[in-house]
Amino acid sequence: MKNLKPWLPLIGIGVLALVLLAVAPSVLSMHWINNLGKYCCWAIAAVGIGLAWGRGGMLVMGQGVFFGLGAYSMAMHLTLESAGPDSLPIFMILYDPLAPLPAFWEPFRSDLFTLLAILLLPVIVASILGYALFKSRVKGAYFAILTQALAVALAVLISSTIRETGGDTGLSDFKYFFGFVLSDDGNKLMVYLIAAALLVVCLLVVWQLGRSRFGELLIATRDAEERVRFLGYDPANIKLVAFVVAAVMASIAGAMFVPIVGIITPQEIGASASILMIAGVALGGRASLFGPALGAMAIGWGQSSLGSSWPSGWIYILGLLFILVTLFLPMGLSSLVGKVTGLVWRPRATPTATTPAPEFTAPEFTEVKK
Amino acid sequence: MTVTDGSLVVTDLRVEFDGFVAVGGVSFDAHPGEVRFLIGPNGAGKTTCIDAITGLSKGSGSARLGGQELLGKPAHKIVRLGVGRTFQTASVFDELTVLQNLDIAAGLHRSSLSLLRARRGVDPAIHRALEETGLSRELATPAGILSHGQKQWLEIAMLLVQDAKVLLLDEPVAGMSLDERTATGELLGRVAATRTVLVVEHDMDFMRRFASRVTVLHQGKVLSEGSVAEVQSDPRVQEVYLGTAAAPSVMTIGREDD
Repeated sequence: MKNLKPWLPLIGIGVLALVLLAVAPSVLSMHWINNLGKYCCWAIAAVGIGLAWGRGGMLVMGQGVFFGLGAYSMAMHLTLESAGPDSLPIFMILYDPLAPLPAFWEPFRSDLFTLLAILLLPVIVASILGYALFKSRVKGAYFAILTQALAVALAVLISSTIRETGGDTGLSDFKYFFGFVLSDDGNKLMVYLIAAALLVVCLLVVWQLGRSRFGELLIATRDAEERVRFLGYDPANIKLVAFVVAAVMASIAGAMFVPIVGIITPQEIGASASILMIAGVALGGRASLFGPALGAMAIGWGQSSLGSSWPSGWIYILGLLFILVTLFLPMGLSSLVGKVTGLVWRPRATPTATTPAPEFTAPEFTEVKK
Repeated sequence: MTVTDGSLVVTDLRVEFDGFVAVGGVSFDAHPGEVRFLIGPNGAGKTTCIDAITGLSKGSGSARLGGQELLGKPAHKIVRLGVGRTFQTASVFDELTVLQNLDIAAGLHRSSLSLLRARRGVDPAIHRALEETGLSRELATPAGILSHGQKQWLEIAMLLVQDAKVLLLDEPVAGMSLDERTATGELLGRVAATRTVLVVEHDMDFMRRFASRVTVLHQGKVLSEGSVAEVQSDPRVQEVYLGTAAAPSVMTIGREDD
């Protein structure tokens, strides 16, 4: 069994890929496929949060910013595509039929530009932001609050620029997706399959990063940043890489969210949306590979089933769940799996080997045993 | 002693914190082949000296490794020049194994892209450091469950694999048993054959047994310098230690930060 162990995550990703890409399309109705696609988007963002927060120790409370960058890039492109060449989006015509298209919309007519924007905008924004924050050693709660504030700021900015971005009503009524008619079930399935496949790719990326030397260095930086500095590394650069990767994943998630859900509003990228993304990761287990993705999907499922049938109760259930997990399973539900398999596979394994709990072991560094 | 590439020469080092002079013009030098000790009562500025040399605190004056000026450079660049340090509290990465800890320490000159690959095999330098520090059997042990002494040795092993020319050790034997102290002292003696070793220590017995040369700091200044015997017979040193505490033996002192 020992030789198999390093490859277990890969097998897990394979199983998940099989379920999402082969099993789900053949057993689920189109309604649920669409919902599952939405959960996949949140899961993609969550996988990135797992990397930045779970392994890098950066509580990224404003992933809505990057989710929004990807979502609005995609939404602007789809809006222009639906409007047709050389014509204005309908919401703009309603305000002022003679006004020109805002300059920043124009390049989004291009397919290639849109795809590049989805991938590169978060890289640029996260690099500048991360460089400034990590070089000046902003961390912990300050980092969390700052990122959260940015998500709020972006949501407010979009809300207040109705003529340029659609404001609170958001962008919706997309007819085409890179030439494919979105109302067609076959095309909907294709969009779902792209989202599911991207989730699998993101999991593979985080798996490889986790087993690489970079992954070890990231955990080392999370647990003892100063020590890493005195081993000759600049912790800022290490954190920056994880932060940027997480940002790109959030952007991809936002971009896929748009054709699947059919609407994007500032609500989807603001403070509470950003926190909900974190909640899924915390629930599933931030430092594990599958925890963030499965946690986000579970929250998404709860949101659309319980949340719509019993909206007032759902938020309490979510809150209660969050409290219970934080109290009794600080490393999320996935740590439960680790404990159980630890008992089954290595009965004499030491507790520290099977239960990673960085936040709670960290104080040992400062404890002086003289 | 002649100045070599691996020599640490500190000249007129000053460190101030908001007007408070923690280190006021300290000069000393350390060379490969000797186990150099820096001692002094509480608040003498020993750890502050190390902090300034390694870029943790801002200092003025000069600290040179071979021909390179260290002061003013960022901490991680000073490490890359060959200056390694440990802290008063053993700070290893608890969640990573001994091998992973050492692998990170050995990797500071790796290219960024190679970091994205998983580790294959074990660096020979890591094996040598493990044998040197007697941790060979703990290769796969999470560092968090090592004994206190083993953690300190792991820290020294990390300095060895990162190929530090200068090892600055802040209280390496604090909390160790007598046997562990002896083992550490002998280890430092072997390490010092090819590297510069500077030890900040409170344990006077340990200092007597293993120091080649000693610098005594008092209130941010050098009080005395020389061999163990010379320093112990220095009346100013006796006065400082006897004056600060009603200590039973000549050189019993409290700990910094207590």
